[in-house]
Amino acid sequence: MVTSDQIILVPLLPFIAFAVNLLAGRWLKHRAAWLSVAASTIACFIAIPVCWAVFQGNHFANQGTWLMLGQTPLKFGYVMDPLSSSLLFMVTIVGTLIQIYAMGYMHGDPRYSRFFAYVSLFMSAMLTLSISDNYLLFFMSWEIMGLCSYLLIGFYFEKDSAAKAGFKAFLTTRVGDVGFLIGFLTLFSAIGTLNFSEMNALMANAHHAGAPLHAGLLSLAALLIFCGTIGKSAQFPLHVWLPDAMEGPTPVSALIHAATMVAAGVFLVARSFSLFMIVPNVLPVVTVIGTITAFMAAFIALTQTDIKRILAYSTISQLGYMVTALGLSGLGAGTFHLITHAFFKALLFMAAGSVIHGTHVQDIREMGGLFKKMPHTATTFIIASLALAGIPPLSGFWSKDEILLSAFASGHKIVFMILLLTAFMTAFYMFRLIFLTFFGQPRNLKVHAHESPAVMTAPLWALAFGSIVIGFPGSPFMHHWFQKFMAHMVHHPEYEPSAFVMACSVAAAVCGISLAGVIYLKKIRWAQKTAETFSFLYRLSLNKCYFDELYSRCIVKPFQSLGRFLFGFDARIVDGAVNGTGHATLFISAVKGWIDKYIVDGLVNFTGTLTHFLNSIVKRLQTGFVQNYLLIVFIGILVFLVWELKII
Amino acid sequence: MSSHILSWIIFAPLIGAAAVLLMPKSKTSWIRWCALLTTLIVFGLTCYALSMFQGSRAGFQMLEKAAWIPQFNVQYLVGTDGISFPMVFLTALISLLACMGSLAHIRVKEGREKEYYFLFLLLETGMMGTFLALDLFLFYIFWEVVLVPMYFLIGIWGGPRREYAAIKFFLYTLAGSLFMLLGILAVYFAASPHTFSMIDLVKMPRDFFFQKIVFLAFFLGFAIKVPIFPFHTWLPDAHVEAPTPISVILAGVLLKMGTYGFLRFSYPLFPEAAVWFQPAMGVLAVIGIVYGGFVALAQTDFKKMVAYSSVSHMGFVLLGLAAMNANGFRGALLQMFNHGTITGGLFLLVGVLYDRAHTRDLNDFGGLGAKMPGYAGILTFFSLASLGLPGLSGFISEFLTLLGSYQYSKVMTATATIGIILAAAYLLYMIQRVLLGQLNPKWTGLTDINWQEVITLAPLMVFILALGIYPNLILDYMIPTLDGLLKILGGAVR
Amino acid sequence: MIIPLAHILIFSLLLFATGLYGVLVRRNIIGILISIELMLNAANINLIAFSKSTSLSPETGQIFAIFVLAIAATTAAVGLAIVLALYRVRKTVYTDEVHLLKW
Repeated sequence: MVTSDQIILVPLLPFIAFAVNLLAGRWLKHRAAWLSVAASTIACFIAIPVCWAVFQGNHFANQGTWLMLGQTPLKFGYVMDPLSSSLLFMVTIVGTLIQIYAMGYMHGDPRYSRFFAYVSLFMSAMLTLSISDNYLLFFMSWEIMGLCSYLLIGFYFEKDSAAKAGFKAFLTTRVGDVGFLIGFLTLFSAIGTLNFSEMNALMANAHHAGAPLHAGLLSLAALLIFCGTIGKSAQFPLHVWLPDAMEGPTPVSALIHAATMVAAGVFLVARSFSLFMIVPNVLPVVTVIGTITAFMAAFIALTQTDIKRILAYSTISQLGYMVTALGLSGLGAGTFHLITHAFFKALLFMAAGSVIHGTHVQDIREMGGLFKKMPHTATTFIIASLALAGIPPLSGFWSKDEILLSAFASGHKIVFMILLLTAFMTAFYMFRLIFLTFFGQPRNLKVHAHESPAVMTAPLWALAFGSIVIGFPGSPFMHHWFQKFMAHMVHHPEYEPSAFVMACSVAAAVCGISLAGVIYLKKIRWAQKTAETFSFLYRLSLNKCYFDELYSRCIVKPFQSLGRFLFGFDARIVDGAVNGTGHATLFISAVKGWIDKYIVDGLVNFTGTLTHFLNSIVKRLQTGFVQNYLLIVFIGILVFLVWELKII
Repeated sequence: MSSHILSWIIFAPLIGAAAVLLMPKSKTSWIRWCALLTTLIVFGLTCYALSMFQGSRAGFQMLEKAAWIPQFNVQYLVGTDGISFPMVFLTALISLLACMGSLAHIRVKEGREKEYYFLFLLLETGMMGTFLALDLFLFYIFWEVVLVPMYFLIGIWGGPRREYAAIKFFLYTLAGSLFMLLGILAVYFAASPHTFSMIDLVKMPRDFFFQKIVFLAFFLGFAIKVPIFPFHTWLPDAHVEAPTPISVILAGVLLKMGTYGFLRFSYPLFPEAAVWFQPAMGVLAVIGIVYGGFVALAQTDFKKMVAYSSVSHMGFVLLGLAAMNANGFRGALLQMFNHGTITGGLFLLVGVLYDRAHTRDLNDFGGLGAKMPGYAGILTFFSLASLGLPGLSGFISEFLTLLGSYQYSKVMTATATIGIILAAAYLLYMIQRVLLGQLNPKWTGLTDINWQEVITLAPLMVFILALGIYPNLILDYMIPTLDGLLKILGGAVR
Repeated sequence: MIIPLAHILIFSLLLFATGLYGVLVRRNIIGILISIELMLNAANINLIAFSKSTSLSPETGQIFAIFVLAIAATTAAVGLAIVLALYRVRKTVYTDEVHLLKW
């Protein structure tokens, strides 16, 4: 029997694996991977029974004091509710599978043990985040995930592009993180707690009471917390880091930049959903951001040629979907898509990794006809793509349908249209990728493809299975069990399933796939022509909407210049003032020295000179002849006598 | 001995210094080991004092009192509390490591070990005295005692512009401390009966106008030491020119003397004025944080970058002080300790690299991560601690500071967080330029960090990690005293 | 025959003036000394003349005169000794050539 407190072991085991791999990795060599995988697997086996219990309707929570701030304790703990158990379920399974896959993918890398150390640390942080019961612990693990992301993106740090990508990722997400930090500080000052359950309770009370206290502050808090999501889940306008993050090893892209970490941003909104629900004007912002992101990323993905970048933009787009769903109060829909997306997108990345592993190229223009050479990879890739495109009865269909339904039923027709268009584009670019990669004729004869080893393909099939079935709990076949399960969290509107929406969704997907098939299998010239006809749009898409250039021009350069300017300011003005004071002091002392030498001392010398001058006159009287003196004495006496005796 | 433990802590380095003086100049190893032994003994004494320290008590403890110049009512009065004890501990730790650093990998100029270690130990006495003195006169003397050895240590063993840096440091801080001396005298003459004793002085009420003037005088003295923008320009010069162990002490301990002064003297003596100056201090703090961050971003000299990061990080301390609430003070005092360990470590690491490469130009490096994996790991660790990664000690102090300052001013807190982003930017930019990318073929001959250097850094890493995971280890000692101080200030607010 | 006092005084005045003149203009120290002797003798004549013509005891003036003679002798002796010493050192007895202490 598993008691609920054992859930603490779930993040702890990967952490131990991290510590051991970091310190003893040099001696462990390839055994490092086994350690990490073992830790993750055991964590998985501990987590799943607990999750299962939660799925049955239980609820676990426990907490202990971490920090005593005088009389106020800062408590850390875990909470196992529908939201965290869903995420935990997904992360442990996907994470373990990806690590098994990574054993094959990373085989022979000189920093093999280091890789698994980082991945274990990441798993530890991600699992902590999943079950944490308060914002502070959430934020701490959130930041450590950011660190792992940084380290793993820059794993091949000898490559300048990888080093730069890691830097960019960390810094961009940190902008959002700081917003998040101030956000929960604001929340803390408004409601006096950082605990999710307490917050939910307070918000529920406020909901019943009508107007929440500190409505302004809470809105601000919600907006700032959403900044964290924008950074971490790569939403517009901070999405630029995620495509560059593909510099990391492919398992990392699958684990961190597709399935788990980027989803944590969405999870954050879901966690704070009671807050978002109660404050006015924030959910529309969330919707708008999500919709823009979904559309823009899909648009950019249309023209990309790097297999991983296409998937990265696809991830951004799908995250946009989730955020939109949450913005439309669809907690169930957003979370559902989060879970299903994790499975099929991880699969897509891993299959793409398998392709890269087998061909050593990443540009889809150099691939082609790989289906025969890599049947397992290709099949699973197609399964995942179908799920992503939203073909029933694969998982993606159910979750995407749920999101479209929220948009449609809540009356946001424009959002619905945009999302539908995005769904069409998604199907198109995914199948463009498939047709160019796996079908047709090999375009580069230097590429000698081979199927990946079983340690890599087995996880692919496991995930493919997951991608097929994971959607059922939210489908009508199971009476939308997942959505009802999520409704335990926070009360939010539920919508009646609509056949129209389903039809639209399927139609969009089928159209996209067919169009891609026509263009890339039969009429490759059409692609060229279309690009020439809409050359502006083509270039916009190809150049990623010029975001990198824009940010470089408007943010990075000005910041660097400001830094340099301030340094100059510091050296010239501030330090100049100090040195100026020094120089002024020296100058004054020079002046004083002059005065002293020529005026004060001059006066003294003048006295001497004057005396000397007078002396030169008076000394003439001193003839040195005794007779002269005597004569004067005599004359003196004579005068005296004459005067005194009045002789004359 | 236990009844005079604080005096022993203060004067044990002086005894060691005398012993160093008595040794023949040629026996350099004797001198080195004597100095190391002395710092080790001081650290041991501090640990012993720690065992006697009652963390739950708010007031001064382990007081030692003796009349010194009875005519002027000057006393030899030393004691400690939750504010000074962490600083004393930090001083003992940093001095020990700096001394290890001195003999491990810092080449002291030939034949001048004797002077070096003598001055080094004298410096330690000064620092300990500064943190432990409770008599303003005594405090001032120790405060100035610190300056002199520092001047020589920078001026003799420093880099190419050492004379300039040493004179700048000396004159700048001296100018500040003279204002402080004026303030001390003003406080002395305003008190009746005339006294320098902090214990008596805090009980006396002072006129508001008088408080404002004298607060300003003290402020100048402390602000230059911290250093607070715009009084910070001596810092980069002094840091860049000073030899590595002295940089470590400078960043690790000397900067804390300024903020310690605020907590120990300015706030309790002039509570109303402190509240009156609160906005100004907050603004200066935020300027320092953002400004220091930006300037650090523009640096190409490794050491100068770390120096400017100090300006930014000490801004957080000041921000916490300016917040004047429980969390702000806790964050500030914790940040003082953490900045000492983190930045001290960073300076040691700069020294490690400089010893090998003889340059500190960031643009000159690149790709050392593969060449020096151990160094890369440790440097990354300290950088992450410095940029406030949760789980390491820098985070919790910045978090508490921001929590406190948020209650005081939202705008200032929001602006200060730019500093957090900047910290990530300049530190990771540094890592990118030093460790990542292609290895510059110039550096193929570099060797990885050796065991001696690792041993010097390991204690700091232990503290950073331990305090990051469980900050109550040290917070428990601080909180009662800080709450007591807050009560004095709280009385002033209402 | 009694010589009137006035005549004697005029004589001594002339003698004194001669001596004074000698002292003031002679460059030779010996000459100056002789002139000083003349002045002293002029004073002696006055002393004796006044002692005779006044009602005081006549011996008084003569005793004074003998004192003056004795002192004159010592003066001459010391003076000549100095002159001799001077001559030995400087090989001169002219006052204008002895100006070591001048200025």
